[in-house]
Amino acid sequence: MEQTLTTVETAKQLGLLEEEFEKIKSILGRTPNFTELSIFSVMWSEHCSYKNSIVWLKKLPKDSPRMLAKAGEENAGLVDIGDGLACSFKIESHNHPSAIEPYQGAATGVGGINRDIFTMGARPIAQLNSLRFGDITKDKTKGLLKGVVKGIGDYGNAFGIPTVGGELFFDPSYNINPLVNAFSAGIVESGKTVSATSYGVGNPVFIVGSATGKDGIHGAAFASKDITEDSANDLPSVQVGDPFQEKLLLEATLDVIESGCVIGMQDMGAAGITCSTSEMSAKGEHGMEIWLDKVPTRQPNMKPFEILLSESQERMLIVVKKGEEATIKKICDKWDLYCEQIGVVNDSKRLTYFQNGELVADVPADDLVLGGGAPVYHREYREPAYFQETKKFKIDSVSEPKSLEEFKKIAEHLVSHPNICSRRWVSEQYDSMVGTATMTTNMPSDAAIVKIKGTNKAIAIKVDCNSRYVNADPEEGTAIAVAEAARNIVCSGGEPLAITNCLNFGNPYVPEVYWHFVGAIKGMKKACEKFETPVTGGNVSFYNQSSDEGPVFPTPTIGMLGLLEDKSNAMTLAFQKAGDLIYLVGEAQNDINSSEYLYSYQKVALSPAPHFDLEEEYKVQNTIKELIKSKAITSAHDVSDGGLYIALLEAAMPKHLGFSIKTNSDFRKDAYLFGESQSRVVVSVKAEQKAAFEEMLKSKNTGFTLLGEVTSGVCEIDGETWHQTSDMKHVYDNALGEIMAN
Amino acid sequence: MKFTAEIDVMPKKELLDPQGKAVMLGLEHLGLNTVQDVRVGKHITLQLEAENEAEAKGKVEDACKKLLANLIMESYRFELHQN
Amino acid sequence: MKKGRKSAKQNHETLKISYLWAMKFGVVIFPGSNCDQDVIDVLSKTMNQEVVKLWHKDHDLQGCDFIMLPGGFSYGDYLRSGAIARFSPIMQEVIQHANRGGYVMGICNGFQILTEAGLLPGALLRNQEQKFLCKNVYVKPQTTSLLATQLLDTNKAYKIPVAHGEGRFYTDADTLKKIQDNDQVMFRYCSHDGIIAPEFDCNGSLDNIAGITNEGRNVFGMMPHPERAADADLGNTDGKAIFESLLAGVLA
Repeated sequence: MEQTLTTVETAKQLGLLEEEFEKIKSILGRTPNFTELSIFSVMWSEHCSYKNSIVWLKKLPKDSPRMLAKAGEENAGLVDIGDGLACSFKIESHNHPSAIEPYQGAATGVGGINRDIFTMGARPIAQLNSLRFGDITKDKTKGLLKGVVKGIGDYGNAFGIPTVGGELFFDPSYNINPLVNAFSAGIVESGKTVSATSYGVGNPVFIVGSATGKDGIHGAAFASKDITEDSANDLPSVQVGDPFQEKLLLEATLDVIESGCVIGMQDMGAAGITCSTSEMSAKGEHGMEIWLDKVPTRQPNMKPFEILLSESQERMLIVVKKGEEATIKKICDKWDLYCEQIGVVNDSKRLTYFQNGELVADVPADDLVLGGGAPVYHREYREPAYFQETKKFKIDSVSEPKSLEEFKKIAEHLVSHPNICSRRWVSEQYDSMVGTATMTTNMPSDAAIVKIKGTNKAIAIKVDCNSRYVNADPEEGTAIAVAEAARNIVCSGGEPLAITNCLNFGNPYVPEVYWHFVGAIKGMKKACEKFETPVTGGNVSFYNQSSDEGPVFPTPTIGMLGLLEDKSNAMTLAFQKAGDLIYLVGEAQNDINSSEYLYSYQKVALSPAPHFDLEEEYKVQNTIKELIKSKAITSAHDVSDGGLYIALLEAAMPKHLGFSIKTNSDFRKDAYLFGESQSRVVVSVKAEQKAAFEEMLKSKNTGFTLLGEVTSGVCEIDGETWHQTSDMKHVYDNALGEIMAN
Repeated sequence: MKFTAEIDVMPKKELLDPQGKAVMLGLEHLGLNTVQDVRVGKHITLQLEAENEAEAKGKVEDACKKLLANLIMESYRFELHQN
Repeated sequence: MKKGRKSAKQNHETLKISYLWAMKFGVVIFPGSNCDQDVIDVLSKTMNQEVVKLWHKDHDLQGCDFIMLPGGFSYGDYLRSGAIARFSPIMQEVIQHANRGGYVMGICNGFQILTEAGLLPGALLRNQEQKFLCKNVYVKPQTTSLLATQLLDTNKAYKIPVAHGEGRFYTDADTLKKIQDNDQVMFRYCSHDGIIAPEFDCNGSLDNIAGITNEGRNVFGMMPHPERAADADLGNTDGKAIFESLLAGVLA
């Protein structure tokens, strides 16, 4: 074995703490060589070990009768959806790669999340993404947005899985560090899932997919003593995704699973072969002998640590039953993929890596992984000073607009605002219809609805997080993110089942940042418990910094899965017919806190999160579910960014209709129309169903208001004509495109 | 003086070139099994005016660095001819 | 085409003409095809036809009457869309089948492959706006003297989605004239109420052309995806009439 032993300095260069180096020495009973130390450094990184977050992540609810895999135990969550089917879904960040090279960073993010889904045996059927960028008027932001959207599009479109929705938010806190979170959901027959495990002495270990290059190994490479100028030039600074290869890998993987020869598999993401071999071995309580010289490489003369740590894309580690070597090779040959046996399973519970017959590293599998020997830290947290500032805001400090002209100006400001206007410029670059299962193409809805072919069911999926609310109040803001995702699924006709999360925060060693994180977990916990939507997994992304060296807005993105047992219950957000009655379900509030109106029109940066009451929210959602099931309403759209006015306009535009409503003098008119207090839904009702509808709401004890009625194209408030829908639609549809073209 | 620059922009050698890989697979299916490697880049021709060759060279360098090549992913080289 | 296998179960209420013909369809799968299953679903489930998958490495069309080249990104669309797929073994059989007068239809990437293979005239260039575009567009049938359009209404705008980055139909002036003179234009892009004008040309195609046929009128190519508009669950069945046309019997 390699005799050059390492020192604490090398450990620090690799990002390990002194105490971690000591722990490694005691685990091994000797000083590690460089290859071994680099293995520990990547496995004990935040990305693989969750060492700074796991204490809190464990507090999140994980159980429901539908859970088929517990959070963190598999590559993605697995939820029973009945009829012998399960849905696998997950969200993951690719923030830092996208900041360096937006096109490839975003593309490889899409590749990674889809591999997490199909490595479990599920065929992906729909994707979402959640994107956050800085000030949209800056050229740099436009460049990042263009690159990210093209990257997601080019990869997802060629891979052939529809991108059916997402969110896009701009705030200067993301100026240097955009957030790119990608979500994928897939369907698998229960019992045909594959686990990320390895067992059975003598079973062969295969690597399938792309060749391995020196991708993603900068940190370790620069810590290795023998780096030369030449070898530094050899290091790719970005990873290149190949959706074509991913598509072949998907089909080959599902064929291999179908053949029945698989013991376990895991895709190669962060920490590459190291992570897959150690996590699969630890889970199956076995060991592996791996021959690194058998790994197909893209670059010549790769060193053991380079092969072990490489994060090259579109690769899969598969353990098959002994004797089935020809089966997997034949399938991979059909799909023109590399397929090499690179090792064998043993019962040592250790990982021994060889190159050309020489042992280069010998480490215990369990000590590398989360839940095994990986370190766990409690971090300090402290309330930041600005939090008390937010609480000082009073609505009276903003003078109430009086004139029709000013109200119209606010409406025009909001409708053309990049955080509110149509996302068409983005969404039309994604293939949203491949798979012929997207039900929301011609029937827009609060959540994306994708039917499950061969059944009467559909899934409803949604990503959600208003990070301004979370910044204003991490606990309430995160509870709102969960509640809004659930509300959107309910408004689309679905039943919320479970969530996945992508926790984007700043530096966890800063107590004020960790306070954001802790608050977000607390808020997520209480909301997920209320809606009975357990957390199936996700990912944590720390060190997202803003240009002033502070953190980005804390952004715990929620990805929620919902189910429509009967797809004919799918509900649109669009008003259907002039003359239908418009109701607000839920209570109005005299509240403009953290609204887009207050923030960008009134220019008040700090205010509390909008009014939110979890019990009230729960009641409203249950009422909406009943209204949809009993066919009492013809549309349902939740009130969110931009407030009631924007909700009405969004409901009116799809069918070129309008609205005529009355406000309530008990509330400030700006709060009534543009406030973003939660737990409100705009519904439309056929005139002949008025009595039945009102009876139902009274029996549910849910607050409601008859706002007015659907018109054939005019937007009218309190008897005054504000706009024609067609004019506002033109502005709404083209605002983002115009900004991007300038 | 008028110059023509013949510019080649290629994916950096250490990066994966998916396009080259797919073309190689296509060539293999055509029976060209002796092809060892394929990499696909862009060829750009541009005409420019400059006081002298050095200035023209500088301008082309600038164009390559700022726009024509993404230096994170691509390398470039060019030949300059006086018209 | 073989003498039609008569099918018992295919009397469809919405159809003006009952299906006289049943056909065996072959859907070619290239590495990177991704609309293959969508086309198979429409043909086998909605239209009740016999469908087989034809793998790109195969040399046998398995006795199919009608060959479908589905959408997707064959060979990742690298080099040029359709350029590498065109040389696959199965394409040599498809070319012979077409040259014998057999029916072939290419949708999106399939259309691109057919032009690369020389079975259809012209080429499909990058969209005018240089961006991938996925949305509902409207197309108007330009001829009904074709198997693929015989049941369509030339006065109606059909809502059918597009999803492509390279769909801008282009050809030289002589070829364009020939296509026009021979009544080879299948569809033109139009407004929702059927107006054919440059502003409704979603990708900058020459003369708003969205789909064409060959001189022999047995090979069809179109950029829009009719298979994405053939299921009531998705709220749009405008594309179904094209599949119904294929089965409405040969032209008199």
